[in-house]
Amino acid sequence: MPTNNPSRIAEILARHQQAILEDWLLAQLAAFSARHNLISEADLRRQSADFIGIFGTACQAGTLTDIATPAWQPVRDFLASISRSRASQGFSPSETATFVFSLKQPLFAHIRQELAANAESLADEMWTATVLIDKLGLYTTELFQTAREEVIKRQQMEMLELSTPVVKLWDGILAVPLIGTLDSARTQVVMESLLQSIVDTGSNIAIVDITGVPTVDTLIAQNLLKTAAAARLMGAQCIICGIRPQIAQTMVHLGVAFGEVVTRATLADALAFAFREIGCTVSRQAPRN
Amino acid sequence: MNPPRSETLPLRSDEDLVRVRQAVRAWMVEQNFNLVEQTKMVTAASELGRNALVYGGGGSARLESPVDGGHGGIRVTFEDHGPGIADIAQALSNGFSTGGGLGLGLGGAKRLVKDFEIFSEPGQGTRVIITIRK
Ligand SMILES: Nc1ncnc2c1ncn2[C@@H]1O[C@H](COP(=O)(O)OP(=O)(O)OP(=O)(O)O)[C@@H](O)[C@H]1O
Ligand SMILES: [Mg+2]
Repeated sequence: MPTNNPSRIAEILARHQQAILEDWLLAQLAAFSARHNLISEADLRRQSADFIGIFGTACQAGTLTDIATPAWQPVRDFLASISRSRASQGFSPSETATFVFSLKQPLFAHIRQELAANAESLADEMWTATVLIDKLGLYTTELFQTAREEVIKRQQMEMLELSTPVVKLWDGILAVPLIGTLDSARTQVVMESLLQSIVDTGSNIAIVDITGVPTVDTLIAQNLLKTAAAARLMGAQCIICGIRPQIAQTMVHLGVAFGEVVTRATLADALAFAFREIGCTVSRQAPRN
Repeated sequence: MNPPRSETLPLRSDEDLVRVRQAVRAWMVEQNFNLVEQTKMVTAASELGRNALVYGGGGSARLESPVDGGHGGIRVTFEDHGPGIADIAQALSNGFSTGGGLGLGLGGAKRLVKDFEIFSEPGQGTRVIITIRK
């Protein structure tokens, strides 16, 4: 078993570090030829040199068959940061894994050269190196996947927030134009940002425009009612507008009513109502002659 | 007119429910149902799909067209294998909810789409079928 004798990989790595690094860089550059726009050669060289150093240290200190041991912590951390940065730079999973996998060939070449005279030990060391690099490659791929998912989640959250802008129409009057599907996650975001804006701006009127909402079912109606009730507790009045004819008809069949909440057909009507409520009059100037 | 087709969509998450609504709307638009008819069918689908999701622990929605050998129309079947409904009349009545809802979804869906059938066995699950004919 290769694990019984101390592995010579660490020693080979230390002796040929520079040559292995150069060969590895060539292999990576060949694989990435089309990706020069994503990472510069200088960055790649620096990352690779750093990795070879950390990798060599871990090989010397730890067992080569278990990368979960503390000796491999620096290697795992390094791969984690590589995965994260590549996920956000737009690398594909296989391109990211190539960073580790492309180390195989140069490493093998030097092992072969060193151990050419001893077939049995050569086979053992090759096996150890294969298993080790495969483990590190898979570890990198897994981390990359997690990092990608985080990027997507963050983008989704950003979209949720983007799609629910609370705008100030006038002193004391806020409006939220809702567009798209009001699923539970989004409704929660809308509700929170509206209530927060009421506090921040000291507004007494919040207009919720649902012109852009394709379906109003019982859950959405209930969420809107809850938002209005919460606003009322904070001393603000909610006006719901933009209820299109087909939505109004559907709501009647469902049996949902907005109750005490003021509703208006259009945003303009809602704004006119809001102006009256805060004692503002809008008048057209007499034409000047 | 339209070749027979069907599509079965899973109902396991909020996103699945959005997809079911979108599919129902797309089929309605394709068959030139007007905006009010579209909105009624989509809203009923939203109610029944959410019930299957929330109370039935997930299930599926199957869209079919044409209906009963006719030239068009759409039938949507919601199915789950959840606890079922012991008292269907009570579940259909306005304001009855075991989940803190308005208790209007099931009865509302029936009012929105007249052609409404419900089958449920406690312990077996629930199937609701809504049909709009051309
Ligand atoms: N697929 C189902 N499986 C089991 N129980 C159901 C199912 N669908 C409805 N129910 C029961 O019937 C009750 C009434 O359903 P209904 O859709 O009318 O109201 P709700 O879902 O509670 O609130 P909402 O007004 O938001 O729809 C539910 O609270 C639930 O107890
Ligand atoms: Mg319901």
